Amino acid sequence: MIKRLKPRSGAHVGSNTTISHIMWQVMLALMPATAFGFWCFGWPALNLFIITVCSAMIFEAFCLRLAGKIAIPILMDGSAALTGWLLAMTLPPWAPWWIGVIGSGLAIILGKHVYGGLGQNLFNPAMLARVALLISFPIEMTTWANVSPLFFSNSPGIIESWHITFSGLDNIDAHTGATTLGFIKTEFSQNKVLSNILEDISGFENFIGWQRGSLGETSTLLIGLGGIWLIRQNIIHWQISASLLVTALVLATIFHSIDSQHYISPFLHLNSGGLMLVAFFIATDYVTSPNTPTGQLIFGACCGLLIFVIRTWGAYPEGAGFAVLLMNSATPLIDYYIRPRIYGRDRNGKPLEISK
Amino acid sequence: MLGFFTQSAIRGGIHAEQHKIETCAAPIVRNFPLPKKLYIPLQQHVGKPAEPIIKVGENVLKGQLLAYSQGMVSAPVHAPSSGIILDVNDYPAPHPSALPIRMIVLETDNKDEWITAAQIEDPFLLTPEDIILRVGAAGIVGLGGATFPTAVKLNMGRENQIDTLIINGAECEPYLSCDDRLMQEHAAMIIDGVRLMLHGMNTENAVIAIEDNKLLAFHAMQSAATPFSSIKVIQIPTRYPMGWDRQLIRYVTGKEVPVGSRSSEIGVTIHNVGTAYSVHNALRFGHPLLSRVITVAGGAVKRPMNVEVPIGTLISELFEFCEVSVNDIARLVMGGPMMGDSLPHTSVPTVKATSGLLALTQNELKDGDEQPCIRCASCISVCPAGLRPLDMANNIRINQLDAAVDLGLKDCISCGCCSYICPSNIPLVQYFKYASGEVIARQQAQHKSEQTKRLIESRNERMERIAQQQREEEQARLAAKAERERLKAEQEALL
Repeated sequence: MIKRLKPRSGAHVGSNTTISHIMWQVMLALMPATAFGFWCFGWPALNLFIITVCSAMIFEAFCLRLAGKIAIPILMDGSAALTGWLLAMTLPPWAPWWIGVIGSGLAIILGKHVYGGLGQNLFNPAMLARVALLISFPIEMTTWANVSPLFFSNSPGIIESWHITFSGLDNIDAHTGATTLGFIKTEFSQNKVLSNILEDISGFENFIGWQRGSLGETSTLLIGLGGIWLIRQNIIHWQISASLLVTALVLATIFHSIDSQHYISPFLHLNSGGLMLVAFFIATDYVTSPNTPTGQLIFGACCGLLIFVIRTWGAYPEGAGFAVLLMNSATPLIDYYIRPRIYGRDRNGKPLEISK
Repeated sequence: MLGFFTQSAIRGGIHAEQHKIETCAAPIVRNFPLPKKLYIPLQQHVGKPAEPIIKVGENVLKGQLLAYSQGMVSAPVHAPSSGIILDVNDYPAPHPSALPIRMIVLETDNKDEWITAAQIEDPFLLTPEDIILRVGAAGIVGLGGATFPTAVKLNMGRENQIDTLIINGAECEPYLSCDDRLMQEHAAMIIDGVRLMLHGMNTENAVIAIEDNKLLAFHAMQSAATPFSSIKVIQIPTRYPMGWDRQLIRYVTGKEVPVGSRSSEIGVTIHNVGTAYSVHNALRFGHPLLSRVITVAGGAVKRPMNVEVPIGTLISELFEFCEVSVNDIARLVMGGPMMGDSLPHTSVPTVKATSGLLALTQNELKDGDEQPCIRCASCISVCPAGLRPLDMANNIRINQLDAAVDLGLKDCISCGCCSYICPSNIPLVQYFKYASGEVIARQQAQHKSEQTKRLIESRNERMERIAQQQREEEQARLAAKAERERLKAEQEALL
């Protein structure tokens, strides 16, 4: 009896890691910070999250059908859900429903599928959508809800939350305010110095995330824990996160020690805005970051530099999104110049000299 | 994390699931029944095929020379048992294509009668040249899988006056444990073989490197090597592909073999433990390479084992002995699961290179649908050669083979680490093997068209030359005729 088998080249065995496995691990790492965001900002945040993630998946299915692919198995890899999730994390928690839908559409269609789908995009889809929304809808994208934890008296109920999500806030000023970075920027423009500005701001509350900000960006602690877990799981590379944070914080330390009244402290930098989320979850996106360790260090350091520059001297209080997009566009260049040395060759690709 | 700051001696690599426990605990099985027919390929080595010197119908004895080596790089083939030559013809090769290659078919007579070998008293009294000659005559090739003729390699070592002989006992491929068992059971003989190799190359030092997952083998080898201060037995980390010769050379000596050079040029040569064992047999007993230990393993094998099998045994017979349920085989692999060749069927013989035969079931395989690359760069971090598999594959996919060659396609060793780790199930090695073959085919086609062009040009030149010659002759003829007429006219005028 001869049974014919189709020959294939090795490796015949392999690791069990799959794309969906990676995506689910990232989502698991995002879970604590997300749950904390829900608790801090109540039902409207959950509404926005569900709307954003679901619409991202619907847009993904639509694009896949348009490309003539069967949608369900590809949807199950979790990449669209993760894009929606990351986008939702960066939105103001009480933003109206259409912000989530438009954002998802921008991320999935413009950020991903026009380039050819998974793995082909030049820019991080979530950041592309975030920046496009910020430029197009500055009011909605800078209306920051007060911290009003679930099950406490000033947290909106479920019915009220639908009202907030689908028809907007009635009494905006009572429930919203500025983020720490935005507040400092405004106060600086009125020639105040940091020692006066920061009187009411608690560094510890900022660290655990008890502050106004995007849905899932506020808690340095929980994002950091999720990120370190991902590094330990070998899902993300430590190079980008480390070099990004170190660069931003070293610059902040230098300038803060030169002039502590006009340059905010590294601790405040770390605990405000999207720095942590970007360092661990956005800049580390495989598709849009360099693929060699050295390249990743350069990429991370440049992101950190740009974030610091935009925050300190730019027109916007927060620069993480812009920094990542700028560096995304430099990724092919970094990958072109930074290559690993091939065995038996020198850095220029010439065979090594024989040394006996 | 510190890997970036300290220049690590080991680059890339993976920790694969071992699957060695099924076979490495039991002794090598020696009672495999002698097959009725043996199919002995004439080419079981790198280089030129051997040339048969026997006739169909001739009776041969065990150990008798069947085909002699021809050319600089080649190896002879001997009769694994006594019997009668049935045929010298083309039969399916143990190769993914299973295309026919030339084989000698030997019908065994079950007597297993040895040819009388010349007695050797003390091989250490032989000259190094003599040692190498005898190793060559015994048909010994690199048994780690590369099958480079051992005598040729020993000669290169001697000519380059190498300073270290590395003996590769890494056996880094999952599933395989034949070298492990050989070291546990025949440590003293392997050490003797190593000493003979050192003698043959006029070299002092040998390092035997064994992965640290083979403790018993390590201890056996260490105690066997104790009397000889020139032989060092070391443990190396368990990490595929630790047994890649160049990786091992860098780990042991700290030196890198330049691309395009042989390891002997930097003063090192590397041989497998199985090769050392065969050298011992050849020089102490005059026994050529007639059989080898093969690991038979995989999910479809009911009795996984290490078994000594005569060369030329059909895989189907071996599988019957190991009670392989043929219907469960999803892939049949000769060699290890990382670099082994998949075979289309079991009606092919075992050869000198067959270190393992794996009957893998569907759930052992990595066989999912190919998904898009997400640029996770795992393939870059595991590549021991320092290549960028994902960029190479992207270029090959759009048929830009030159770009893939620029990225280092020719430096790929097909170790399979990238395919192993890829979360998108992209068969990267398959891409690279395809591209390498295609590059060679294109070069040959280009060479051919250039050759044709040159032939046409030289033909045109030749025709032109002939035409020119004819024109000149014509002119000369016309000139002669005119001259003749002029002379004739002059004569007439004179008259």
